[in-house]
Amino acid sequence: MDKVMSNRLVAALYVLPALLLLLVLVYIPIVLTGYYGLMQWDGIGAMTFIGLDNYTRLLQDSTFWQSANHTFLLALFSALSLIGYLMIALVLSGKIKGANLFRKIYLIPMLLSSVAIAQLWLKIYHPSNGVLNTFLEAIGFSNPPAWLAEPSLVLYALFVPILWQYAGFYILIYYAALKNIPESLVEAARIDGANPWQIAFRIKLPLITEVIKVTVVLAVVGSLKYFDLIYVMTDGGPNGSSEVMASYMYRQAFRSFDFGYGSAVGFFLLLICLVVTWLLRKATASKDTIEYS
Amino acid sequence: MPVHPETGQGSAWLRRFGYVLLYVLLSLVAVLQILPLIWLLLFSLKNNQEVFDMAPFALPATPRWENYVKVWTEGNISLYFFNSVWITVVSVVFTVLFASLVTFAITRMRWKGRSLVLGLFMVGLMIPVHSTLIPLFSLFLKLNLTDHPLSVILSYIAFNMPITIMILLGFYYSLPREVEEAAVMDGCSVNRIFFRIVLPMTASVIATTAIINMIYDWNEFIFVNTFISSDAYKTLTVGVQNFIGQYTTDWGAIGATLMISILPILIAFLVLSERIVEGIAAGSVKG
Repeated sequence: MDKVMSNRLVAALYVLPALLLLLVLVYIPIVLTGYYGLMQWDGIGAMTFIGLDNYTRLLQDSTFWQSANHTFLLALFSALSLIGYLMIALVLSGKIKGANLFRKIYLIPMLLSSVAIAQLWLKIYHPSNGVLNTFLEAIGFSNPPAWLAEPSLVLYALFVPILWQYAGFYILIYYAALKNIPESLVEAARIDGANPWQIAFRIKLPLITEVIKVTVVLAVVGSLKYFDLIYVMTDGGPNGSSEVMASYMYRQAFRSFDFGYGSAVGFFLLLICLVVTWLLRKATASKDTIEYS
Repeated sequence: MPVHPETGQGSAWLRRFGYVLLYVLLSLVAVLQILPLIWLLLFSLKNNQEVFDMAPFALPATPRWENYVKVWTEGNISLYFFNSVWITVVSVVFTVLFASLVTFAITRMRWKGRSLVLGLFMVGLMIPVHSTLIPLFSLFLKLNLTDHPLSVILSYIAFNMPITIMILLGFYYSLPREVEEAAVMDGCSVNRIFFRIVLPMTASVIATTAIINMIYDWNEFIFVNTFISSDAYKTLTVGVQNFIGQYTTDWGAIGATLMISILPILIAFLVLSERIVEGIAAGSVKG
């Protein structure tokens, strides 16, 4: 038994294809991103070493900070929207007929590509023929805004499809966690005279704290990486008012052919993702975990 | 002020009222989730005049299926569609196979460095694809793989490997040790144990990971958009984007194109919804 199952040659053969792909296509590139960030490079010609110039330029680049600011705003919105998703999951996990059906309907947008969602919402937001402004005009607003062309509105307008896309995903996670709570605990609280609010906030929510922490990390780190939807819907516009870090990286590298500077932005994005994950995990780490199963 | 349905007076009425209120809330969310898609279906069956003159949710007098025929036959949509199908199939098969091999070696076999290798895959979950895009582009450029489907397929396999392994892990850990013990007694080799015994036992979790991978690969945009330039290898996600760029004013055609791009996933969902729900719950760490 031990001899067969500790055959090192076979283990190596099983692990190597995947490991090589991971190292070559994921790990080496992130090191190279940091390295390219030290270069002046148009992507094709020769590289010139310029030290930390790209990184110091980054720190003084107001457009970059604006895009970082938008990214953080989206992350904040995403984290806050979790409260709403959690409430819906609480309702759904009560004794509600058809909970399964609701849960599945909520999930449908999550299955679609961000590009299809972006194109659909472009049509919804269309200034004259979109379903939103048609509706607003029908109920008496004479001059509804061109949602995606207003610098002060565009970020909020972009957040709505994001909210729509991920609702089912988070509701599903919370729902699954809430369904895992043994009925006996809820029953005992009810016998002790707890009302539904107390059961929800004093019993159920504390029991799924771990899951809530994971979703906060997911929502925040996920929103650092928004790209497809914004790229298609506004391409960062109007005038940079919806630019985020990932779209700024893409623009610098693949539009302005400044691959060195784009790499610096990409490396910064990587660092932020890792640091934010680490900080959130640390901030939400608890020493005692609740065991109830 | 909290309501005490069990103790308060008129509690039955209150409870029923609360119940109805919850249903209204849940239904409202459901309607909001589904309404944009119904509107999409409706305008995919209208011509421009009908889109602009009729109420948004009015049915067209005669559904214009010719919109679908037109986008399928006139543009490259059918080509993009088949590219999406084969690229997704190849990527999913290799991702699931490689991930199964790795998970088996890590959870069932004994060798030094198992936890290090597992750690490498799990940290991979945290790495944003955007941060790797520029070096990947220059790597594929050097290997003459830009504008080649292999660049996209290899990227899909590498980037979906961590999440696939993560979903498989729990299942592999829970397999009883006796499985291998009995097989070794009978003189089975490791290969035989894996391919003939363990792999078939994991069919259900393989289905789950395959579906999750299918959804990711079918919908992927940034790799195809960056690495592939000729129409011959574009997938539906990027194709839809370009196609709509050319036909900005034909709403019926745009609607039909979008419907074609989302229909396969919607049909899969109708058939396999339980498994997809499970898979998405299991794959939650990817976000």
